[in-house]
Amino acid sequence: MNETKPALTTQERDELRRQGVLLTSLEELYNWGRSHSVWPLNFGLACCAIEMIAASMAKYDIARFGSEVFRPSPRQADLLIVSGTVTKKMAPHVIRLWNQMPEPKYCIAMGACAISGGPFKQGYNVLKGIDRFIPVDIYIPGCPPRPEALLHGLVQLQEKIRGQALTGSEAPRHLGSDDACDCPVPELGAHDIQPTHAPALWTAPTLARPDKG
Amino acid sequence: MDTPEQLRDRLLARFPGATVRLVPNGSPSAQVSFWIDAGHALEIARMLRDDPELALDQCSNVTGIDWRDREVTDIIKETQPGPPGAPSIPVERKVKRIEPGYLEVVYHLYSVARRQGPVILRLRTGNRSDAVTLPSLTPIWRSCEFQEREVFDLFGVIFSGHPDLRRILMWDEYVDHPMRKDYVEPDDYEWEPTPHGEVLAKAKRHYPAYRGSGTPGMTNDE
Repeated sequence: MNETKPALTTQERDELRRQGVLLTSLEELYNWGRSHSVWPLNFGLACCAIEMIAASMAKYDIARFGSEVFRPSPRQADLLIVSGTVTKKMAPHVIRLWNQMPEPKYCIAMGACAISGGPFKQGYNVLKGIDRFIPVDIYIPGCPPRPEALLHGLVQLQEKIRGQALTGSEAPRHLGSDDACDCPVPELGAHDIQPTHAPALWTAPTLARPDKG
Repeated sequence: MDTPEQLRDRLLARFPGATVRLVPNGSPSAQVSFWIDAGHALEIARMLRDDPELALDQCSNVTGIDWRDREVTDIIKETQPGPPGAPSIPVERKVKRIEPGYLEVVYHLYSVARRQGPVILRLRTGNRSDAVTLPSLTPIWRSCEFQEREVFDLFGVIFSGHPDLRRILMWDEYVDHPMRKDYVEPDDYEWEPTPHGEVLAKAKRHYPAYRGSGTPGMTNDE
């Protein structure tokens, strides 16, 4: 569907729309609907959660983007906003919540801690980035990010959803095979969580400098 | 309120078998603390709380300190016999010995009723490995409960008489005590742009190919 060249360019289609002729595709319609009703999970971890709450209130008003319905149950949520420090003690529960969310689902890593461990990167009890266990769609830097940054991240996620093809290798996970895409839940071990990361999702970055060969 | 010396003498007069020593504090705050022996800690604590003049009714803080074994050099002054007829020569001899380490628990006590404090108590364990039991002061001050659990969790001090001695921050399956000075953390973070010190050593372990590569901060100097 996506490989063939569209018969009309976007400009031509916009021109037709101005003349009262509405042309669209199933894909566009479907993604338009999905992207404007992203329901986040009502779940906060640290100070980033305070900014997330502020974003949902009247002043920043996340309802303008269709995401005001914070669901208290993972079964009804589309978006996991990892808003804060993920301690190793908390990590299995975050991953279990992610596994309980039905597809299609998306993950935003909000703030330095959720991205990399942030100021606690060299500590013993903080997971160094939730992307070691969960596939992250949008990273929002900041410590904590302002509500505007969260809204920007949400808009970026909406663009990503609108750009998803419904077929082919780029199709959303929920349209693919029926294989379970559960993330492995780590065990709380004697010295550390086991495993320390999901090898399928994350490998340690290598320090490569092209100028040094 | 009594001066620390007066309070020490009162405690010693009340509990003849107890050990109460003042631990001086050289910092500007000069907060002197009382090192009391574990055997009498509970009765001394009860007296500090119930004494009408002290009325130390609030324990605001409980914390731990890990003192490792340390090498101490003692200087022993001796005299050597000099040449015949001359006076003997004074000689200094240095003797090194290992002072065994211990764990210490510090309690900060205040009186809300009499608006005074703090009185600082220190309890010391016998060593850092197998004699780490101290009496819990939770029966005296309820606010010690969670903080003693924290000291148990992070330092490994076992409080006898504690109503619910479980780990509070780390998970139950955990076996280490992270605030001990010889704790080795999991090697689970990697290169950062300007590593130095211990992080540099860790970065070199992760990226052996880059030893001495001229990467900023990745030299072989250390």
